[in-house]
Amino acid sequence: MNGPAMTARQLITLRVNGDTHEVAVRPNHTLLEVLRYDLGLTGSKQGCDKGDCGACTVLVDGEPALACCTLALMVPPGAEITTIEGLATKQGLDPVQDAFDRSGALQCGFCQPGMMLSARALLNRTTTPGDAEIRAALGGNLCRCTGYTQIFDAVKLAAAIERGEAPPHAPGAAPGHTVLGGRHRKADGHLKATGAAIYADDIVLPRMLHGRILRSPHAHARIVRIDASKALALPGVHAVLTGDALPARYGVIPWTEDEQALATDKVRFVGEEVAALAAVDEETADAALRLIEVEYAPLPPVLTPEAALEPDAPQIFEGRKHGNVTKRVDLAFGDVDAALSNAHHVVRGEYFFEGTAHAPIEPHCVVADVDARGLVTVWSSTQIPHYVHRTLSKVLEIPADRVRVIQPALGGAFGGKSDPFGHEIVAAKLAMITGRPVKFLLNREETFYTHRGRHPMKMSMALAADAEGRLTALDSKILIDGGAYSSFGLVTAYYSGQLLAAPTGYATYRFDSTRVFTNKPPCGPKRGHGSVQPRFAFEIAVDKMAHALGVDPIELRRRNDVGPDTTTVNGQRITSNGFLECLRVVEQASGWKQRYGRLPFGRGLGVAGSMYISGTAYPVYPNDMPQSGVEIRLDRSGRAHVMCGASDIGQGSNTMLALIAAEELGLRPDAVRVTSSDTDLSPVDLGAYSSRVTFMAGLAAQEAARALAGEVRDAVAVKLGVPSAEVTCGDGRWFSLRDPATGMTAAEAFALAEASRGRPVGATGGYRTDRNLGGPYRGGTIGASPAYSFTAHVVEVEVDADTGRIDVKKVWAAHDCGFALNPTLVEGQIAGSVYMGWAEAVMEEQAMVYGGPNPGLLRGPNLLDYRIPTAVETPDIEVFIVQSQDPNGPYGAKEAGEGPLHPVLPAIANAVFDAVGVRLDRLPFHPAVVRQALRCAAADAAAAPGGTGRC
Amino acid sequence: MLRIAPTFTVETPTTVDEVVALLQRHGPEARVVAGGTDVMPNLKHGLYEPKVLVSLGRVQGLDGLDLSGDPLSLGALVTLHRLAEHPEVRHLLPSLAAAVGHVAGPQHRRMGTLGGNVCLDTRCVYINQTYFWREALGFCIKKDGTECHVTRTGKKCVAAASNDSAPPLLTLDARLEIVGVGGRREVALDDFYVNDGVKNNALAQGEVVTRILVPRPAPIRRFGFDKLRIRESVDFPMLNVAVAFDLVDGQARRPDIVVSAIAARPRRVKGLPEGLLNHVLVAEWGEKAFQSTRPLPNINGDVEWRREMVPVLVRRAVAAATE
Ligand SMILES: Cc1cc2nc3c(=O)[nH]c(=O)nc-3n(C[C@H](O)[C@H](O)[C@H](O)COP(=O)(O)OP(=O)(O)OC[C@H]3O[C@@H](n4cnc5c(N)ncnc54)[C@H](O)[C@@H]3O)c2cc1C
Ligand code: SF4
Ligand code: FES
Ligand code: FES
Repeated sequence: MNGPAMTARQLITLRVNGDTHEVAVRPNHTLLEVLRYDLGLTGSKQGCDKGDCGACTVLVDGEPALACCTLALMVPPGAEITTIEGLATKQGLDPVQDAFDRSGALQCGFCQPGMMLSARALLNRTTTPGDAEIRAALGGNLCRCTGYTQIFDAVKLAAAIERGEAPPHAPGAAPGHTVLGGRHRKADGHLKATGAAIYADDIVLPRMLHGRILRSPHAHARIVRIDASKALALPGVHAVLTGDALPARYGVIPWTEDEQALATDKVRFVGEEVAALAAVDEETADAALRLIEVEYAPLPPVLTPEAALEPDAPQIFEGRKHGNVTKRVDLAFGDVDAALSNAHHVVRGEYFFEGTAHAPIEPHCVVADVDARGLVTVWSSTQIPHYVHRTLSKVLEIPADRVRVIQPALGGAFGGKSDPFGHEIVAAKLAMITGRPVKFLLNREETFYTHRGRHPMKMSMALAADAEGRLTALDSKILIDGGAYSSFGLVTAYYSGQLLAAPTGYATYRFDSTRVFTNKPPCGPKRGHGSVQPRFAFEIAVDKMAHALGVDPIELRRRNDVGPDTTTVNGQRITSNGFLECLRVVEQASGWKQRYGRLPFGRGLGVAGSMYISGTAYPVYPNDMPQSGVEIRLDRSGRAHVMCGASDIGQGSNTMLALIAAEELGLRPDAVRVTSSDTDLSPVDLGAYSSRVTFMAGLAAQEAARALAGEVRDAVAVKLGVPSAEVTCGDGRWFSLRDPATGMTAAEAFALAEASRGRPVGATGGYRTDRNLGGPYRGGTIGASPAYSFTAHVVEVEVDADTGRIDVKKVWAAHDCGFALNPTLVEGQIAGSVYMGWAEAVMEEQAMVYGGPNPGLLRGPNLLDYRIPTAVETPDIEVFIVQSQDPNGPYGAKEAGEGPLHPVLPAIANAVFDAVGVRLDRLPFHPAVVRQALRCAAADAAAAPGGTGRC
Repeated sequence: MLRIAPTFTVETPTTVDEVVALLQRHGPEARVVAGGTDVMPNLKHGLYEPKVLVSLGRVQGLDGLDLSGDPLSLGALVTLHRLAEHPEVRHLLPSLAAAVGHVAGPQHRRMGTLGGNVCLDTRCVYINQTYFWREALGFCIKKDGTECHVTRTGKKCVAAASNDSAPPLLTLDARLEIVGVGGRREVALDDFYVNDGVKNNALAQGEVVTRILVPRPAPIRRFGFDKLRIRESVDFPMLNVAVAFDLVDGQARRPDIVVSAIAARPRRVKGLPEGLLNHVLVAEWGEKAFQSTRPLPNINGDVEWRREMVPVLVRRAVAAATE
């Protein structure tokens, strides 16, 4: 019996990277598919399915082309194709690859093969490209991590290398350090530069099957019947799964386990997983999917949070005590009502933040395999291998020791890969059923259904001040649209209030946040989880207050700065705090004093600040074990091996671990190997969320490395005949402090240690948060962090009154990360954050369908309709690192990956007010909205006094 | 990943006659593909379900640029990148060079052809989506269904012409050389586009566009183009405008304005006054263009805003023309 009808393969000859390949290709196969899956050239990436992202860019006869939009059979005979694998030569990296690595451009690295090839083509035309030329040449390659800033630097550096002008790479180090504080290449930089890094979809196993998920077309419906018999009967289909095979409920937060791998009784959003199957190839899987019959009984959908709260609202989960309310947090600190009524001035406002998606360029992908011993191995594009491990064990109902989760290189996440997902569970289950490896590669649309993006929030805030400009009260009420499941929602509800009490403080505080279920893809944590939205509202309120009081907005923030070594109104312990320095830096760099309020109509400056956590006091499931564990082993070859569960999602945590080990053990960074996020090999770390990795895994690594350094030092001291205290190390050597010429190589030192102990030299380190952080009330520990980062932005905008377009000319971003372990990576995190926040302000929005018969459908779930910015319009971002030296962080370090996102959105709104006198309290700032606001303001002005000219 | 259904074969003819013969043989089951930058996404979305794809890529003689005579001749396979960067095209046909330089991103412009852009399918927020999405919404007239989600009532598809080359080529009075079984014919571009979103051009079964012919513009003629989009790269037009007029001693004569990305057919604005080229005149042109344009919620962008932007784009296109 045959599978679905398919046109026959045809033999073609392809010239790739100088080699000639004969390949039998199906007519429907794209050049990208042939390169990746037939020739094993997996450096070319697949991001969007269809021509929207540029990740698949290759050079065809030297010109950049999209391999996903080229059928292999259409490639001109004799055309020379260059992929990223063909860029480096025997002499080493191409200058473009070298420069991208040196400049920090290779964050997750997923967009970069295509990006580097576009850059290569540009430099083939000119070695003196101007800024505009660089932006234009890269305008078809979307990057989600970098904000393009370091990519521009990289292209200029590559050009300089080609012109023979760039000095060789000298990383340096901060004073008092041998490695840390230097501008080191990333631990995986060369792998990402050459396309050698292995991401989930690059994994191909023998006999591997391909999975597909059937999703609900209804926003809310009861499942009446599923008949998969026809699909199962299709030759090439190995198994079909429905929800009854995986009934257990799970969720990242143990108190709110409400998800199922595949829906059983009902579906709660368009795109929810209903059935899954595995087949010999993707085409067969696609054909089989259409043969599964599902009968639904549609229910009225709940599409707004207000509708969810109606007394007779349809219940999204039946039998819940609180109905459609997933979590309400109502906390008060001090007498807010009294403060409001005694205030000199109160600013009241309503604000709205539309939901947004993470849109990493790598779609979710998972490969699962079961070996002959019954050991289940899952490679997944996840940022939380440990929670995936726990969830798989629970839902598959097998002991955790039978499950291994490995996170390969990850092509961006931003919080979008920090829940355990149905496709991970289903892949493992199908591998168990079929006895064969199974891969699921979600298409771009499916990533929008998987979602967990930023929650839409409707916020109402009243901010009070006394006559001296001291803030006396904040009263906040927030309605949070959670989508169909809980995800991290419990935490979201807390974060929406808990993270607002610094750096600009106030005497009394009340917040009342309610997260509700709606029939939409579930929301979750996106970079700056829970606090980007209220921060937007609050920082605008502060700006309004400044104007009402006639005080400069920077001055008002200074006056109300909480300062270091203090406790916030809601009981959070703040240690280091570099906010005032951040403010000073951006005030000066932007020429604020000379220019604020003085620019011509249409131009304006705006300021905002924020704080964010460096990890949370409690793990998501209560336990007394360390939140982060590191094991380091030294080898007589002179190498250290760091093992840690922490997820490198592009932010560079592997590099951070390597640098700490190198610093403590006197090694050059390239003598350190890192094995991370493999639950069989690395000690548990809870994952890359809540900005916890540098702080927690960094401290754990420091502890392990210091223990080892002690052992080595003792052995070396004996050998050199000096006291241990007089032995030091650096740059691959261990030596005497008094006589640096007397010493030995690290290899010799490690061998001595090994010999002196008679066993391999290894140690572990762990980090556990002080449990007494946070206020003494229910929920007081949520949002309590061992350290807080601080950020200030000044933004300059130009508002085009004709079109309503907001052109952000420049962002000055200063961020207090405590201490920059690697300034290049910190700058990359700051610029990437600024970009992401700006994008949410001016163009991004995950909204429902335009109208039409299925109102629960997402609007254009693809990377053309859901626009993420290109290199051309991304603003000029200038980054400043402020180092407040946190007393508890590793070498003084704290987070840099999420905090710097917050201020840019309100700063833009505040700058627009400076530019044109219009307040924008709703996101995103579509030109149409801005123009309408301008018109209303003009009508108001015309109707003055009293402003009755509402339009 | 979205895979294309494995249900077609690919033909790679090398002469126009072979192309025509293949199209003739396979009738409606065949589809021409040039650069493929639009055909490929449409295949992925299941909008096209051909049995045979006829690739023009290897056809000889379709990538010529002849700028020496009158009319100027632009081969259907000339890439957008080549046109946008070509110094003489930029000089002789500035609005066309600008327009094709505004198409998509650098890679698309190197793959995409002028013929493909001229023949580009119409677009709609309800149609350029996956099969799953369209099915979840309910199929529409343009493919697989019987309703229109834009007009709700109408029986006609009002998907928008979204090719950036059309407005400037219309103001250039371009003609198309078309070859079919009956031989070669020429059609004024003005007669090529028809007001039907399902298929908005007059290509008959078995026909292929081989050249775009543009009367050599008089030196006094000015051309400008502008496009409304959110991103400055890889964004289809939310509106695009081309203007052309003779400019002699400050007087604008024979003004011509085409507005597109509103309906299936690009719209030529009628009754434009002549006169001294100043902001008053341009405002009148803008007003005329505004009056004759009624955007629909068929593509992204607020409808009212898109309409209000018509005079703004007219002004900017005029400014580009007189730069
Ligand atoms: C992300 C993205 C953004 C885009 N943005 C824009 C944009 O801003 N503006 C814009 O105008 N376009 C845009 N496009 C569409 C497309 O890239 C261009 O229009 C391009 O010029 C199409 O040319 P092509 O050769 O690739 O056409 P193809 O995809 O090969 O063909 C397009 C259509 O024309 C037909 N056709 C092609 N050549 C001929 C011929 N010689 N005779 C008869 N019929 C023919 C095909 O059958 C098909 O229906 C975008 C595409 C993508 C993927
Ligand atoms: S205009 Fe109407 S019929 Fe045409 S594609 Fe859009 S929804 Fe479908
Ligand atoms: S994968 Fe080719 S453009 Fe996105
Ligand atoms: S580095 Fe560009 S997408 Fe991650």
